[in-house]
Amino acid sequence: MAEPIVQVRNLTKRFGEFTAVDGISFEIRQGEILGLLGPNGAGKTTTIQILLGVITPTSGEIRVFGRPFDGHREEILRKVNFSSTYVSMPQALTVEENLWVVAKLYGLDRIASRVDDVVKRLEMEEFRTKVTRKLSSGQMTRLSLAKAFLTDPQVLFLDEPTASLDPDIADKTRALIKEIRRTAGLTVLYTSHNMREMEEMSDRIIFLQRGRIVAEGTAAAIKAGYGESDLEEVFLKLARDPSARA
Amino acid sequence: MKLHRITALLSRHLYLYKRSFPRVLEIIYWPFVDLIVWGFITLYLAQFKSALPSVVVFFLGALILWDVLFRAQQGITISFLEEIWSRNLMNLFASPLTPGEFLAATMILSVGKVLAVSCVTVLAALAFYSFNVFVLGVSLIPFVLNLIIAGWCIGVLTTGLIMRYGQEVEVLAWGLVFLFQPISCVFYPISVLPEWLQAIARLNPAAHVFEGMRVVITAGAFPTSELVWAIGLNALYLTGLIAWFHKMFAACKEKGLLVRIGE
Repeated sequence: MAEPIVQVRNLTKRFGEFTAVDGISFEIRQGEILGLLGPNGAGKTTTIQILLGVITPTSGEIRVFGRPFDGHREEILRKVNFSSTYVSMPQALTVEENLWVVAKLYGLDRIASRVDDVVKRLEMEEFRTKVTRKLSSGQMTRLSLAKAFLTDPQVLFLDEPTASLDPDIADKTRALIKEIRRTAGLTVLYTSHNMREMEEMSDRIIFLQRGRIVAEGTAAAIKAGYGESDLEEVFLKLARDPSARA
Repeated sequence: MKLHRITALLSRHLYLYKRSFPRVLEIIYWPFVDLIVWGFITLYLAQFKSALPSVVVFFLGALILWDVLFRAQQGITISFLEEIWSRNLMNLFASPLTPGEFLAATMILSVGKVLAVSCVTVLAALAFYSFNVFVLGVSLIPFVLNLIIAGWCIGVLTTGLIMRYGQEVEVLAWGLVFLFQPISCVFYPISVLPEWLQAIARLNPAAHVFEGMRVVITAGAFPTSELVWAIGLNALYLTGLIAWFHKMFAACKEKGLLVRIGE
């Protein structure tokens, strides 16, 4: 069995009285795509933000590549990237300029060929010289994904990465993620509200509700455990009655 | 501290200025307007030369030097605001970039802004009023360097406050520096202040620079003591404020503010 690349133990995050993440533990193995599922406010985005080091957890332990995040932040983040529909990029810069800045930030070599490659893979040629503020939401999402793929990360956190994409580009994006996973052993933590996509992409799924893990396993095992044929039905069951048990 | 991450941030802002005419105009417009208005007031006051000797050098020199401090502060604070406005903070701080590298990049950027603004004000003063700021001689170099560092101090303070309290206090980016203007004694000597305020002004490095400038103009002497005070206070404040900024950054990560600011 592949080594765990991301290890999370008893992770808790409280904002005053509100507990956003409540003692969750999980692992992601090398080359695995772990789906993080849950209703709005379940703690998915907060968990990703903690794993990226932009929110400090209240308690718990995070190890990435076998090293504790605290004390190895820079070393870990060099090999990690993310894409989120909730994060933008400098609006006055062109797509290409934004990618160059990211490449420099991560200290990449052969920047021109890397930018060309990612632009081609995400079919962004026609808007590569366009100013970011003029992009459609789908093009903006592709830029965010390009930023994430550009740095050749070993771990990728994708927060609703296909939310604004048309079905064709969304399908190509999923195929690209799977291809990089297959060829480079990419490890992915994936959130989406699209149940079909979640089933297609994830090797395993963790269902979060009010900051806690309420279900965990393969999509088939979760569906079977709740006696449902559709993951969406499981979602509705758990979202509406968090005490529901498999 | 990695140079490539600092240069990445610098290129991000240079790309921005390359494409944004209003931002370039902002560097030229306000200093130019300031200089013109104050310049004519100075010309008027110059008619009373016997009562106010060296009035032109006093006022125009002070105005040009004040702009150095103001732009050094803005260079840091506005760069941070640019990241908030473009919702780019998470991209930066979820990368290997450290807060120290972020500050270093904005400080370098602020020097660039100071140079650009100074070219405008120095040339405008020469063209409109035949005033050459270099009459201040070699003292000008330590004056300018100390004002840049004083501007950095106010910039780091303002940025830390905006990061902690969000865009509601964005106005501090333009306003806070003017709180320091009365006690910087830009256009008048420290001695005109009430005694209690003089004590406060003496804790302000900028006040020592402007006081030193007046010593150069009136006595022609190099103001060693004023410069030593300015350097010492600047070193103390900058070290303290950088440490405070890191604490604020950690507090913002603790409260989840870094990802919410600008939303």
